[in-house]
Amino acid sequence: MSDHALAVVRAGALTTVQDLGRPGHAHLGVPRSGALDTPAAALVNRLVGNPPEAAVLETTLNGCTLRPRSAVTVAVAGAPCRVTVDGRPVAWGAPVHVPAGALLDVGAALSGVRGYVGVSGGVAVEPVLGSRSTDLLSGLGPPPLTDGAVLPLGSPTRPHTRVDVAPQPAPPTELVLRVTPGPREDWFTAAAVRTFTSRMYRVSAASNRIGLRTEGPALERALTRELPSEGVVLGAVQVPPDGRPVVFLADHPTTGGYPVIAVVRTADLPAAAQAVPGTPVRFVSVRRR
Amino acid sequence: MRVLPVGDDALLVEVSSGEEARALHTELLRRRAEGTLSVREIVPAARTVLLDGLTDPSRLATELTTSEVPPAPPHARETVELPVRYDGPDLADVAAHWGVSPEEVARIHADTEFSVAFCGFAPGFGYLTGLPQRYDVPRRATPRTSVPAGAVALAGPYTGVYPRSSPGGWQLIGSTDTVLWDHTRVPAALLSPGTRVRFVPVGSS
Repeated sequence: MSDHALAVVRAGALTTVQDLGRPGHAHLGVPRSGALDTPAAALVNRLVGNPPEAAVLETTLNGCTLRPRSAVTVAVAGAPCRVTVDGRPVAWGAPVHVPAGALLDVGAALSGVRGYVGVSGGVAVEPVLGSRSTDLLSGLGPPPLTDGAVLPLGSPTRPHTRVDVAPQPAPPTELVLRVTPGPREDWFTAAAVRTFTSRMYRVSAASNRIGLRTEGPALERALTRELPSEGVVLGAVQVPPDGRPVVFLADHPTTGGYPVIAVVRTADLPAAAQAVPGTPVRFVSVRRR
Repeated sequence: MRVLPVGDDALLVEVSSGEEARALHTELLRRRAEGTLSVREIVPAARTVLLDGLTDPSRLATELTTSEVPPAPPHARETVELPVRYDGPDLADVAAHWGVSPEEVARIHADTEFSVAFCGFAPGFGYLTGLPQRYDVPRRATPRTSVPAGAVALAGPYTGVYPRSSPGGWQLIGSTDTVLWDHTRVPAALLSPGTRVRFVPVGSS
């Protein structure tokens, strides 16, 4: 492998390669995948001079440690964390020069869940169906990072941007998710529909890239017959037999057999990706645009 | 036909039968091919077609409820032949459900012309219809933690072939060596909605 590569020293709890995902294949059972906190992934690409479709790394809770084999520009954003190069603190949320062979440590999230590491040239693993994203539901794309793995990098196309501070939203202390009702709101009792948009839920520790699971009052169904499998969208709030709403994130299955009570606005999903377990969640009903 | 809004830019179109869903899906693909429908995903399923990534969903909703969907042409797609050994561990259970011998299950299954109603569960996993309703079977009470790639399986009205090893609750009646999904191949999925399928028995074990 050439010098244009990134050695993984510490993979972290779950670090995956992510880009804009592979939409357009849902009819074949292929999830869209892609970065969960899309604005943060877009920001790190912009900071290091990459095009928006370049692949970045998505870390989970405890960061990762990397050693580039050639000099690169790196930016870390998303969940705030300490960033060091060879032990010396460097900026978070800004372009950082990392010399060849230096040790880049992306620390544990101080708040939020997912950190994004952009590297000049982008992570250049082989694309699958037009995307380099790791899809944890179907296993498409590269496997999650492991200690000792080496990731190829692309060639930088543009110089990095010059910024002092890039504004980013703080991870949510309370997650407010705007929802439009349906398509299967009528499968629930009127009381369940009221409960859903008036009571508080909390983010469950069982959440992952497939879905944000919640704990809270169970939603009772008015129709108890089986729902034939139907296509589901990103942000769909599916209610499994235990009655606790699950918000579908990027690696969600393309069809599902449990009723979808409502759909979360796409603009609210990046915050959902950064909500730690235990965070209060409120679903607020809004009019369809 | 019922058109249900889904979020801000999707529609779920619900019809009353699998055949109507197939006709609707065929018509929507035709409209997309001729450039009169701009949509990111068209996802057919058992009784519905999902349209995701629409620019003006409310206008399309009105248009769909007022227009006629022509019946789908009977032989719209190529036939894929899948060599199969009827050697699955649940063959005897399925035979008991059907009230026939295991050999008869194999004969009836291999004599059936299937078509892919929709895909889901895993990349390249097709839900194949074609068996008469009296041959519906329940899922296994306890799903297997690992079903091998190429397993030919039944559940409800559907036949499916596992594209890769995964957990699964379907009744396994046979196996095929054909690769259902290969992302380095074009197209990656051997089966897509509308593909017709025949199972061709090869020397059983």
